[in-house]
Amino acid sequence: MAKTATNTFARNLAGWLLPAALILVWEAASRTGLISESVIAPPSAVLAALIRLLASGELAENIGISTLRALSGFAIGGSIGFAFGLANGLSRLSRDLTDTTLQMVRNIPHLALIPLVILWFGIDEEAKLFLVALGVFFPIYVNTLLGIQGVDPQLVEMGRIYGMSRRQLFFHVILPGALPAIFVGLRYALGIMWLTLIVAETIAASSGLGYMAMQAREFLLIDVVILSILIYALLGKLADSLARLLERLTLQWHPAFQPA
Amino acid sequence: MSVIALHPKQQPEANGAPATILTPSQSPVSAPAPLALSLRGITKRFGDKTVLDGIDLDIPQGQFVAVIGKSGCGKSTLLRILAGLDSPTSGTLTVAGGNASERRSRIMFQEPRLLPWARIGRNVEVGLTGIAKGEVARDLSLQILQEVGLADRAEEWPSVLSGGQKQRVALARALVAHPFILALDEPLGALDALTRIEMQQLLERIWQQQHFTAVLVTHDVAEAVALADRVVVIDEGRIALDLAIPLARPRRHGSAETARLEGQILDRLFGRG
Ligand SMILES: Nc1ncnc2c1ncn2[C@@H]1O[C@H](COP(=O)(O)OP(=O)(O)OP(=O)(O)O)[C@@H](O)[C@H]1O
Ligand SMILES: [Mg+2]
Repeated sequence: MAKTATNTFARNLAGWLLPAALILVWEAASRTGLISESVIAPPSAVLAALIRLLASGELAENIGISTLRALSGFAIGGSIGFAFGLANGLSRLSRDLTDTTLQMVRNIPHLALIPLVILWFGIDEEAKLFLVALGVFFPIYVNTLLGIQGVDPQLVEMGRIYGMSRRQLFFHVILPGALPAIFVGLRYALGIMWLTLIVAETIAASSGLGYMAMQAREFLLIDVVILSILIYALLGKLADSLARLLERLTLQWHPAFQPA
Repeated sequence: MSVIALHPKQQPEANGAPATILTPSQSPVSAPAPLALSLRGITKRFGDKTVLDGIDLDIPQGQFVAVIGKSGCGKSTLLRILAGLDSPTSGTLTVAGGNASERRSRIMFQEPRLLPWARIGRNVEVGLTGIAKGEVARDLSLQILQEVGLADRAEEWPSVLSGGQKQRVALARALVAHPFILALDEPLGALDALTRIEMQQLLERIWQQQHFTAVLVTHDVAEAVALADRVVVIDEGRIALDLAIPLARPRRHGSAETARLEGQILDRLFGRG
């Protein structure tokens, strides 16, 4: 027992050895002048920037703004996508009416709309929300639809035979059957959410992490630029881990999530 | 036109079934067991293809009937009509018994069709949808799981069970509400030979305890002879042979008498009869 605990600890530690070594090499290279400070700032400088921005409250504020944007955009686009996915998965009429149109719109890269969006909304909040919502909509829509269409018709027939109401059929058969696919869409959408936000904030914003990075670039504060990139990476990883946790909790029945 | 009379008393005389048989209380003491199911001229067409062509069949309560026939001859179609899942193109189906719950029918398929996201106990409780809930449903499903020898697995996921165990859960789910009629569409078809024999014995034991009427579709002539009171062979949409199996239970596989009956059925199946 104690032995396995030590083992897992050792294994976790092993995963961090390489990044730690890289940081040390990076720091040493910067100190010895091997890498110019104007190309990439040493870890110590990034750390200093982190402390400085934390102390001024600037960092927390920008993270807060960006997170709020990401989540609101996600909530809007995700719920519309989910609603369309459900409607088109459950109703043939709804699918015939809207699916072709949605599939056509899907082929436009949503980031290509940035000039148009700036014309419509300027650099206000709506611009970012619109882009994130649009980007998140499709993976959620497509995967929800696929998930529902992929539910085993034999199970649906079984539910009917045993007298389940439409509501019971939905909650006990269709939704759980579609859930694995919906999670695929969710995780994909989270990736798109951060990506869209970074681009949008870099091009058209007056606050947020992307804006902070662009400001820093103007003043040649390369440590702040690198800090913003790292924080984006961290936030992305955090979102993905949360989705994975949620997946593990709700898909316990799935052989892929059962302890060996 | 399709007429499905579910109440025996509403059954018009013109349909050919004597009223005395359909109303159990009026049948004479010496008469055979009252009918569970009565089919008159059941015909089913898909487009212009006639699958069932005027099937007449009376099944007494508690009888175990096996239906055999070549692939595509309409066995599943007949079973779905018996179980009330499909309606015939024409003809009448009469199900005896009183109210809806007294003539409840259940069907079991070749695949177990368990919900992978529901634990085994919950899967059995699906059989009580609209009948019982909560504590009562849990108790009933545990009891029936006990019957099929899986009471200790109620809290597990279906994915950890073997094929035979999954079919036992499906059987428990079909029987938990004590159906009047159990229709079985090759439920053992996908199992290996040994598990199959085990399942046949289990099915026979539970049938003897619960006294439901069983209609079993199978490809396996030996299985039909081992389990059924009566074997019905379907050919070209009609009943080609209706054979009583008067063997005492429990039956032994491979006795001379079973071999003779199996031969008789096989001869009819391949048109040598
Ligand atoms: N819903 C349907 N629509 C059209 N044709 C159908 C339908 N269901 C069954 N059939 C046809 O009816 C015929 C009988 O089908 P059925 O499934 O009853 O055969 P079966 O005897 O159960 O065969 P098997 O032993 O292979 O299971 C087949 O030719 C099949 O193609
Ligand atoms: Mg069949």
